[in-house]
Amino acid sequence: MSDLVDSFYALMPEFDETSPPALSPDDRARLLESFYPDYRPEGKATIRVGPSAGTVVPEEIAALLESRSRIEGPRPLPDHPDRDVDILIVGGGGAGITAALHAAEQGAGVLLATKLRVGDSNTVMAEGGIQSALGEGDSPVDHFRDTFRGGHGANDPALLSVLVQEGPRMVEWLISRGILFDRDPQGNLSLRKGGGTSRPRLISAKDYTGLELIRVLKEDVVNAPVEILEFSPAVELLQGPGGACAGAVLWDLDSRKYLYVKARTVILATGGTGRLHLGGFATSNHFGATGDGLCMAYRMGAKLVHIDSFQYHPTGVIFPSEMAGMLITEAVRGAGARMYNRFGRRFVNELETRDVVASAIIRECSEGRGVPTPSGASGVYLDLASIDREAGEGTVAKRFPNIVKLMTRHQVDPTKFPILVYPTLHYQNGGLQTDQNGHTSIPNLLVAGEASGGLHGTNRLMGNSLLELFVFGRRAGLEAVKESRERAPFSWKEVSMAHVDHFEQSLAREFEGADRPMAPTLFPDYRRKDS
Amino acid sequence: MDNSQKEQETMVHVSINGRDFEVPAGSTMVQAMWYTGHEVIHGIGCLGGVCGACATVYRVKGDFRLRNALACQTLVQDGMSFSMLDSYPIQRAHYDVAHLSDPKEELFTFYPESATCRNCNACTEVCPQGIDVRDSVWRANFGDFKAVAELTMSCVMCGLCVSRCIAEMAPHEIALYARRAYGAKELPFPTNLRSRLNEIEKGIFSREIDRLLGLSPDELKKECEVKS
Ligand SMILES: Cc1cc2nc3c(=O)[nH]c(=O)nc-3n(C[C@H](O)[C@H](O)[C@H](O)COP(=O)(O)OP(=O)(O)OC[C@H]3O[C@@H](n4cnc5c(N)ncnc54)[C@H](O)[C@@H]3O)c2cc1C
Ligand code: SF4
Ligand code: SF4
Ligand code: FES
Repeated sequence: MSDLVDSFYALMPEFDETSPPALSPDDRARLLESFYPDYRPEGKATIRVGPSAGTVVPEEIAALLESRSRIEGPRPLPDHPDRDVDILIVGGGGAGITAALHAAEQGAGVLLATKLRVGDSNTVMAEGGIQSALGEGDSPVDHFRDTFRGGHGANDPALLSVLVQEGPRMVEWLISRGILFDRDPQGNLSLRKGGGTSRPRLISAKDYTGLELIRVLKEDVVNAPVEILEFSPAVELLQGPGGACAGAVLWDLDSRKYLYVKARTVILATGGTGRLHLGGFATSNHFGATGDGLCMAYRMGAKLVHIDSFQYHPTGVIFPSEMAGMLITEAVRGAGARMYNRFGRRFVNELETRDVVASAIIRECSEGRGVPTPSGASGVYLDLASIDREAGEGTVAKRFPNIVKLMTRHQVDPTKFPILVYPTLHYQNGGLQTDQNGHTSIPNLLVAGEASGGLHGTNRLMGNSLLELFVFGRRAGLEAVKESRERAPFSWKEVSMAHVDHFEQSLAREFEGADRPMAPTLFPDYRRKDS
Repeated sequence: MDNSQKEQETMVHVSINGRDFEVPAGSTMVQAMWYTGHEVIHGIGCLGGVCGACATVYRVKGDFRLRNALACQTLVQDGMSFSMLDSYPIQRAHYDVAHLSDPKEELFTFYPESATCRNCNACTEVCPQGIDVRDSVWRANFGDFKAVAELTMSCVMCGLCVSRCIAEMAPHEIALYARRAYGAKELPFPTNLRSRLNEIEKGIFSREIDRLLGLSPDELKKECEVKS
C-alpha cells in the first residue's frame, strides 16, 4: 500500500455486527424525502420551454433541454444528403447494436452511427447481471411485481409486461450468439440475488457481464450487413413532411465536418446522462453519456417521462480519489457485503432498494458519521471480507475478479480492507416516452435503451436495464423495418432543421434573448482551465 | 478530476507523446493528459478499465524496457514517458457462430496463423489483465475451448497482445472465436431456461399478467406492495 492508503486505513474502527434498525414504509419515505437528491430542492430548475414545461429537474438537465444547437442558424442543407438509408441507428451500445442486428436480418439498409467506437458505452461497463425469472418458485409475474414495487408504482405496466414475458427469449438469443453466462454444476444458469427483488434472478458473467455481451455482439454487428460510422455523433435530427423525423446530422470528430444522413426511420439509442454530473456527483458512466438523444428529440417536440428521476447508485468508490465514481456492483451486497459508518456501526439493511441505501449513506455523511477522506470528501465502509467469512475464503476473488483487479491496481486489497464508497450518478430512470414498439411521440423516431423512460418507473432495479436493451432493442429494430417500408417516399427538398429554428425562437422569447448553453456537449471537459 | 485538491500535493515529471510536463502525483495517465490540456477522444471509452480503448505504451525512469498499460487505470510516476496506442489494425474472421459445424477444425480456416505461435510468451507478459494469453492460444489450437473461455474471461480487447506477437496474430480474436463456439456449440442449453421458455410458450403466466394489467393503478400498487 502507498503511504496515503496506509494512513487512511490506520484510522479504521472496529466493526460492530449488530443489525441496523428495520425500516417501516414511513421511515423509508422520510429517508428518501430528506436525503435522496431527486427529492431535494437544491440545484433544481423548472423547465420553461417545450413539452416538459413546468417540470422541476436538476439544473444540468434544464440546461441540456433548453439549449441552443451546435449548428448555427440559418441552417441550410447541402444539395444532396451524404447518405440515404432505410434506418439510421444513433448510438452503438447494447440497445443500438441489438436493434441493428435485428433490422439488418430483415434485409433493411442500416447505418449505425456512434460517438466513440462501437461498444464504448454504459453497456460494456455493466458488472452485475441481467434479470431473468428462471428459478423454481419464481415467475415472470413475480418479476413484474418486484419491478413495479421497486419503481414506486410509476412504471408503465404495458412495457413491463413485455419485459418480463419476452426477457427469457432474449436470454436464449444471447446464448445462441455464444455469450457465456455463469452456470451451476447442473448446467443451469446460476441465479444471484440483487437488491429489491424477492427471488434470486440475476444471471451474469462473473462481474464482467457487460464486457462479455459487448465482445460478442460487437463482433456480430461488425460482421453483419450494417454500415458503421464511429467517432460520428449525431448532433441534430432532421425533420421531414408532417413533422416526422427524416434523418440526422452527424459530426465527424476527426475531419470536423458535418455529415447529412437522410433516413426513413431513426432509432435513438444514445444511452444516459451520467457525464453531465448532476448536482456535482461523480458518475459510473462511460465518457460519452451526455444525454444527446434527449436534447435532440426534445427540440423536435418529443415527450419525456420521469425526467426528474435519476439513480444514484449507493456504492461508488470515493477513495482513492482518482477512482471517484467507479462502481462497486450491488451484487456484492447480495452476496453479503456489509456497510459501516465511521464509528464502525451498520446503519441500513444492505438489501434495501438502491435509492434507500443511497439516502442512508448521504444521511450518515451529512450528519457527521461519514469517514473523511484525505481530499475532503466523505464516505462509508463497504466491507467485502464478510462475504468470504460467510461463503468461504476465496469467494470474492472468484465471483468479483474485476473489482479485485481494479481496487488492487489502486493499492487497496478489497478482500482484506473495506472499500470507501459514496453514491455515484448511475442511471437515468426516465427518458423519451415510448410504447411497446419503441415509438416516441414523433413519427418515424424510435427509441430504445436507457434513453427511453417509463419502464422502470422512478427507480430501476438492478439487472432490468440490460434486459430492456435486448427486449426493446429487438422490438425497435423490427418496428423500424416495418415503418421504413410503409413510409411514403419523400424528397431531400422536404427535409430541414425548421424545428430547431422554432425551438430557438421559443427559447429567445422565454429567456428574453439571454444566451443559452450549447448542447449536446458530446463529452465532459475535464481539462484544467488554465492549462 | 478534482485538480484543486491535488494541486497541494506533490508534482511529478512526465513526458506525454514526447513532450515534458509536470502533473500531480496520484493522477492516472488519462488525468495527466487532461491536466496538461490534451483533448482525449481516441483513447477513452469507459474510464473504468473494461473497454480497452486506452492501451498505452510507457517507460519508467532508468529502465530501458517498454511496458504497456490501460491509461485510465494506471497512475503516473516521476520520470515516466508514455504515448497512447489508439488502435491496432487487426484482421477479424468473418463468420456466423450459428453456422459453425466443426468449430475446432474451422479455427484453422478462420485463423490459420494461430498454429504458428512460437511460444515466446510476449503476449502474456504484456497483457494488462494478467491473462495467460500464450496458453489460451495453445488451448484453442488443441480444441480445449472451455479452458480458453476460463482463461480469457477478463480480456478487454485492447489489442496489446497483438502489438507484441512475433507471429503477428491477434490472440484475443482467436480467444473470442473459441469462447463463442464453446458457448453456442459445446455447452448444453441451460435446463432452467428451457423449462421457463416452455412455460411461457404455453402461456401459463399470461392470465395472471393480463389480470394485473386490468387493475387500476391504485389496485396494482397495492397488489405489488408486499413481497410475495
Ligand atoms: C458501471 C455500470 C454498471 C452497470 N451495471 C448494470 C447491471 O449489472 N445490470 C443492468 O441491467 N444494468 C447495468 N447498468 C446499466 C446499463 O448498463 C445501461 O443502462 C445500459 O447498458 C444502457 O444501454 P444503452 O444501449 O441504452 O446505452 P449505452 O450502452 O450507454 O450506449 C449508448 C451509446 O450511444 C453513444 N452515443 C451517445 N450520444 C451519441 C450521439 N449523439 N450520437 C451517436 N452516438 C451517441 C454512446 O457513446 C454509447 O456508445 C450499469 C451501468 C453502468 C454505467
Ligand atoms: S488478451 Fe490481449 S486484448 Fe485481451 S486484455 Fe490481454 S492484451 Fe488486451
Ligand atoms: S506473442 Fe504470439 S508467438 Fe508469442 S506466445 Fe503469444 S501468440 Fe505465441
Ligand atoms: S477507457 Fe475503457 S479501459 Fe480505459
